[in-house]
Amino acid sequence: MTQQGDHINRLTDHLFRHEAGKMVSVLTKIFGPENLETAEDVVQDTLLQAMQIWKLKGVPENPSAWLFRVAKNKAIDIIRRNKHSVQYDFNDSERALLKSEYTLAATMDSLWKEELVKDDLLRMMFACCHPGISQENQVTLILKTLCGFSTAEIAKTFLSSEDTVSKRLYRAKEFFREHKIRFELPPEAELKNRTGAVLNAIYLLFNEAYNSTHSEAVIRKDLMDEAMALCRLLTENRLTQLPETYALMALMCFHASRNASRLTDAGEIILLPRQDRSKWNTALIDEGNEYMNLAASGDQVSSYHIEAAIAYEHCSAESFDKTDWRKILGLYDWLCRVAPSPIAELNKAVAVMEVHGPAEALKALLEIPERNKMESFYLFHSLLGEVYYRLNNFDDAKKSLETAIRLTQSDAEKKILRNKLAVLLN
Amino acid sequence: MKEYLFLFRGGDGRTLQQSPEKWQAHMQKWMQWMGALGEKGQLVSAQPLNATGKQVTGSKKLVTDGPFMEGKEMVGGYLMCKADSYDAAVDIAKGCPILEFDDGVVEVREIQELKM
Repeated sequence: MTQQGDHINRLTDHLFRHEAGKMVSVLTKIFGPENLETAEDVVQDTLLQAMQIWKLKGVPENPSAWLFRVAKNKAIDIIRRNKHSVQYDFNDSERALLKSEYTLAATMDSLWKEELVKDDLLRMMFACCHPGISQENQVTLILKTLCGFSTAEIAKTFLSSEDTVSKRLYRAKEFFREHKIRFELPPEAELKNRTGAVLNAIYLLFNEAYNSTHSEAVIRKDLMDEAMALCRLLTENRLTQLPETYALMALMCFHASRNASRLTDAGEIILLPRQDRSKWNTALIDEGNEYMNLAASGDQVSSYHIEAAIAYEHCSAESFDKTDWRKILGLYDWLCRVAPSPIAELNKAVAVMEVHGPAEALKALLEIPERNKMESFYLFHSLLGEVYYRLNNFDDAKKSLETAIRLTQSDAEKKILRNKLAVLLN
Repeated sequence: MKEYLFLFRGGDGRTLQQSPEKWQAHMQKWMQWMGALGEKGQLVSAQPLNATGKQVTGSKKLVTDGPFMEGKEMVGGYLMCKADSYDAAVDIAKGCPILEFDDGVVEVREIQELKM
């Protein structure tokens, strides 16, 4: 491919991801959630057309406006062809104007107004996180519709097959078709709960990006950016700016601030003690602090609050040795009470090891409630290996590390575990 | 409520179309006018018509081209709406942006219920 072509591909990849979600949202407002498929087709056609034309004529001065205009014109064609079709419901007062040529163009212009797009994105998020859609399907749907990820990229991110991802998307869209979901924010009484579901989906997205070592660095970065952008939208809207929204935002800022120091250029994991703290992004840490302050209102503490406080402790420690592990252990104790989860227990055990030593950590690990659930989880065995190693119990350390290697699918994780194992065998 | 058909004559927008800004501003008014009707649930449908046409006449079904009448006499579009009475329908018609043109005409006709 020519240099020009390469340049366009890089630019479009990023731009397309970002603009696709906006366009899908506006188009879903126009066609209704039951026609999400149509909205996605229009976006796909628009992006294809952009690629073809931009390669020949160069990228226009305002590429986003170009994309919006083309998508809008394609939508007008579809409305003209389908205004009497039962598949589309143009009965509410605003969309009814789309059926008359007198008002089609002006109404379309008003629906595509830049200042409305943020609200449309927000409504789209709530539609994707409808309680009738399973949690994993919610996340898949957000990735596809709002973050502009391809089925292949989603499959890679979740270590599942493209077939599985397609089926999940199909089921979610089927739900939209069968139940006439309105494209709007939930009523005030449901808002808090429904926002919780959206936050949870964003949290899962972010964690997937932050912790996954199997996807490409570029994709991980894009995914983290998208998750943060979605949450930022929630912080900007009066109805969704709850304390937990700010807390999640703070949490993501703190985590993301360490991004540059977590992996080597070759994609190998650098563990916290060895991370170059000068590479931490202080602007993001400051931003996280601001969100933390905003989160400190109301009388409810969410798991995001506590996790953000823990992340803050790590970010604010001058060096690994100066980390306030007692405080962190206290926060993990709290987290395990507020939102018990195997991951929280596991992380707590790390803090126990730093504060009380490996013997206590071993006890904590073996006493994790529902420990059988942990058996298939490589991190559990990896930590167990570390604990045994520090206890000079090399046989059990070796067994645990080998189990961990067997259980993880990530090459980067396998490599770290093998290195540990090699140290042990020497 | 009864149904009314508005027939639009005159008010040729073609000179206006030469300036995109003026044209947009004018169409914005159509959107406001019809939007208000729609919000009250009174709008049924509306479309502009091309200046071309065909006529089919009589039992011989004679086909001829065009209405070929002078521009301002030709029906250029229609709107169907619901209103309580002729008075109410006329009030609605008074808001029609075609009346910004001096030769613009809105003919208001009530839909007839045929005797069974």
